[in-house]
Parts: sequence; structure tokens; C-alpha cells
Amino acid sequence: MRRIYVKEDVCIGCRLCEIYCIVQHSKSKNIIKAFRDEPRPLPGVIVEEKGPISFALQCRHCDDAPCVESCITGAMQRMEDGRIICDIDRCVGCWTCIMVCPYGAIRMDQNRKVASKCDLCIGEDIPVCVKNCPNEALMYEE
Amino acid sequence: MLTLCKGEFSVERDDDRCIRCLVCVRQCPFDVHKYDEEEDRIYSDESKCVGCQRCATLCPTDAITIRYEPMEMKENANWKTYHLTNIYKQAETGGVLLTGMGNDKPYPIYWDHILLNASQVTNPSIDPLREPMELRTYLGRRPDLLDIEDGDELILKTEISPQLKLELPVMFSAMSYGAISLNAVKSLARAAAIAGTYYNTGEGGLHKDLYKYGKNTIVQCASGRFGISPDYLNAGSAIEIKIGQGAKPGIGGHLPGEKVLEEISETRMIAEGTDALSPAPHHDIYSIEDLRQLIFALKETTAYEKPVGVKIAAVHNSAAISSGMVRAGADFIVLDGLRGGTGAAPLVTRDNVGIPIELALASVDQRLREEGIRNKASLIVAGGIRSSSDVIKAIALGADAVYIGTAALVALGCHLCQKCYTGKCAWGIATQDPYLTKRLNPEIGTRRLVNLLKAWSNEMKELIGGMGINAIESLRGNRLQLRGVGLTDTEYRILGILPAGE
Repeated sequence: MRRIYVKEDVCIGCRLCEIYCIVQHSKSKNIIKAFRDEPRPLPGVIVEEKGPISFALQCRHCDDAPCVESCITGAMQRMEDGRIICDIDRCVGCWTCIMVCPYGAIRMDQNRKVASKCDLCIGEDIPVCVKNCPNEALMYEE
Repeated sequence: MLTLCKGEFSVERDDDRCIRCLVCVRQCPFDVHKYDEEEDRIYSDESKCVGCQRCATLCPTDAITIRYEPMEMKENANWKTYHLTNIYKQAETGGVLLTGMGNDKPYPIYWDHILLNASQVTNPSIDPLREPMELRTYLGRRPDLLDIEDGDELILKTEISPQLKLELPVMFSAMSYGAISLNAVKSLARAAAIAGTYYNTGEGGLHKDLYKYGKNTIVQCASGRFGISPDYLNAGSAIEIKIGQGAKPGIGGHLPGEKVLEEISETRMIAEGTDALSPAPHHDIYSIEDLRQLIFALKETTAYEKPVGVKIAAVHNSAAISSGMVRAGADFIVLDGLRGGTGAAPLVTRDNVGIPIELALASVDQRLREEGIRNKASLIVAGGIRSSSDVIKAIALGADAVYIGTAALVALGCHLCQKCYTGKCAWGIATQDPYLTKRLNPEIGTRRLVNLLKAWSNEMKELIGGMGINAIESLRGNRLQLRGVGLTDTEYRILGILPAGE
């Protein structure tokens, strides 16, 4: 399956990936409304940064995903195309997935008390973080 | 101390659009934008803004507008804001004012007073989409006569001097690794390789990752002799001795020690952290005879397999100097005009020294023709080539090829804020700060440069096709294809062109 890969040598730490991720997963998908008027979702991508080094990290959609195996309600599940999503109607916020994720790619959505992670932008050909990276530091490849 | 210099730009933030994403805060290397968490507000210190437009370009909601708003003084035709702010700065610092990029003063731009011809009725124009057009250009010494042995097959008996083969008459000018980032140099090198032309190392040596682009490299030998070794000289396809630079004729170079990090130190072959000082003259060249010695020392080192050229800034007696350079053995000569760029130069030099490239080109070409030595060296011009039409006009005036520096950097994202000398280039071009150099992705840079050259190639074919010419060779020095508007008799004489209507 296609996954998102990062070229950290050209990630410039602007965090536009996070911003567009928030917009994509907002109610209106309008950047100004999403940030100002609506409850703001957590970005599924996290920019890690230390000194001049930065890179965007999102769920790796592992082939042997510990989060799916350990999920106590079956909320964390693999779709037919291989991507892993969190069904928030089933998620009870036990955070087991966060503890087992080897990449630290899952975050607590404290507002909704559910696990929040990258879903590779359902319905989009290319995830919005990849599409909007101004320096082409993110690639969506096999 | 109270400074009398106010900022030159205003930063307008549309608060209805700003989403506090802080991209502007993170992207500004000059610390203009600061986020106040308590108030959830971004304050902008306009006095620090240099107008590079990085924040405005990356803002995802278009909330920022940067406007040029210099201090408005009482109108005075003599004492412009330029002079007043310069005096304020000097009164405060006691220093030589520095700047970057090329001369931005309103000296005449002759390209904009020259118009091109086109075929009508009496000779057919050519459609480049239907017929083959040739932009290929060779640079190097040409023989006076060709000795050909006649027979069943023609045999060329004359030994041809080494030549550079260009797929279009445009090369990337000398910009050193140090003045610009390695990512910028990589973009230039790769683009030159793809487009079939050359880039120039400048006086920065050749980084180990760039040896593989040697076929498309012109290596420079300048007054500081940084990074020069037999390997280096043999790595490129040609050698250029740099005597002067259009942005700062008569001035050497200075790469501050802070920029001489590990890789630059290795490439330039100097100790880490030491200032890289290029003397104003070559201390072993005080005459044409001395220049000849260096030219032939370099030819010896490279077994006479590579053309060796000489680059000078366009100055008052360029024509006589050029004659000397050709006679000294230069296979190509480069003239860098008044508007040529730089990473750092004293403002007073950049804005007041040198002559426009158009006049230098016309007078040098004329002089070499008169002396019957024009064939002995190719003529390359640099300094303020902005478009494909400038290239065509330069070639019709007598150039064999042009160098582009500023235009190439603009393609890479440069916004001409002229702050290269601060080392804080927001676009990752003229900087060595690892946080900033990442901003220029060499893959994107290469693509943009190749696109620029492709676009110019297509436009040049359209222009020469319109004149009924199908090979750029036929346009070279063909000043009858040029007409001037709004020039004086003296300027027409020097340019060797007729006024429009004649």
C-alpha cells in the first residue's frame, strides 16, 4: 500500500502539514472557520523538531499494527485498502493504542476522549499534508 | 542609542484571516513576527522586516501583506530618502554600508531601448513548432583558417582548440558554495546537466558531491585561490580566471569565518572558522604578460584539453583589456556588467562602479573585430540578463553566450531583498544556516531552473524564427536585426545599431 514518507533533510518545520490536516478533518473544511469558529480536531501529523532538524511524523499504518491488536473495543481497525483508522464511536479512550504505538503517532483527543491519528485522508487521492507541503518533503508512495 | 533609521516595510496582518498558525513566526529569519500567548496575538516588529515576502508567500490564509513604505521625508530632489538613511546608518555605525544582489539604481537599461526585427513579405519567418531550430552554441578559440585535405573524403587537418558545447547560449554564472548554499549549487549543477549547459563554481572550490557534474562545470580560479588543486582544475570542462565581478569591480571578496563550517572549510581548503579573504587583485597578475603566465599554467595543468577563459568586470577600458586578454591566450572572455549581482559588496561600489554591459559588449566585440582577433575567443556577457529577449539582443550585439546569476536565483525563489550579506536568506539560497538551507529542496530547485531554461529556449526560437533565422549562429553579431529607440547619437555609435525608422 502507499504510505507517507518524509525527507527530513528538506522538512522546513513550517507545520503547514499540521494546519492542512486540521482543516481536512474539520467540519467545514474552510481554513478560517476551522481554526476560529469550530471545535478544532487534532492534527494526525506531528512535526517533531529539535534545532535545525525537523520531520513530520504520522501513523505508519504498520503491517503488524500493535494498536489494532491491543485495542480492547475493536475501534482501531484495518480497512480493506490497508490503512488503519480509529472508529471514534467505538473508542473508549483507554489509550492502550498510545502505549503500544512504537512511533508515538497516536495522540489523545482530550475534548472527545478518543484516540486521534492519521487516516491517510479518506476520499482524497493524495493526503493533504503531502499535497500542501511547500517543500515537497512528504511523499506518498508504495 | 536611538536609531534614526526606521524600517522600510510595513507588515499588514488581516486579523479576520489570521488563524494564528504561526507559520510566519517560524519562517521569518529576521524575527519580525512574535506570538503572544497571553493575548493570542501576533506582534510584528516592522523595523526588522527586509521585504523578502517569505511570510506572505507561505501564509495559508493570505493574511499578510508586506508593503514597501520607506520613511517619508519632505520632498527633496537632491536629498533622497536613500541618502538620508544611508547617512543615518553610517553616523550610527561608522561602517561601510553593505548590500547584496546587483545595482538597483536607475541607470539606463539599454536592453529596453533596443528592439528586434521580424521578417515581413520579402523573406519568410520560420515557425519553430514546424521546423527545426538550432540554439546549440560552441565556446572556445576558433582557428583563423581551416586546412582541409580534399579527396574522396574531406579531412580536417587543422587542430581545433577545446570547445564547450551548449544546447542553448545561457549558462549559470559563478556563484560560490559559501556565498550560496550547497542545495542551491546542487540545483544549478543538476539543471545545467539536464539542460546541456554549464554552471560555474565561483571561488568556492568544488564540493565532493559535485564532482559528478564535472562535465557541466566551469571551475573558477580567483584571487584567493580557494579550493584549487590539480584535481579541481581537471574536474571541470573549462577554467575561468576571475579578475573582477560586475557588482564590485576592483574589490575582492570576503566570506566571514562564521560561514566557514566543516564542509565549506574542506571544499575551500582553509581552516574552519577562518575568514575567506579574496584579495582585490591577483597578486601574481599585474600585467597582460602575467595573465598569460597564469592562463598557460592552467593549460599545462589540464594538458591543453580544456578552454581557459578570463572574466572581468565591465569597466571604462574593457575593450583594450579584452584585446589583451585574447592575446594572452584566453579561449573565452567574460564581461560582467554594472548590474551583475553579488552575495556582499560595499553599497557605494555596487551602485557607482562599472559600465552597463550592453555598451561594454558592443565596444569589446567591435574592438576584437577591428583587430581581427574576434575568432580567437568567445565572448560571454553577464550582469542583468533578465529574459530571453535580453539574451537574443546580447547575441545580436555580438555575444556568443550569456551567464545568468540573478535570474537563476529568482527561479530558485529569490525575492531580491538584497540581504544576502546577512547570511539569513529566508529562501535558503544565500545562507549556510542549516535551519534555512533546508528550505531549498534541490529537486524543486533543479526542476524550476530546467523549466526556466526550457521556457527561454522556446521563446528564443520564436524570436529568431520571427526574424527568419533558424540557427542562433546566424544571429551572432547581426546588429542589423537591432534598432534603438530613445538613444543619443553617441549611444547608437557605441552600440553599432541604427535608430528605429532608419
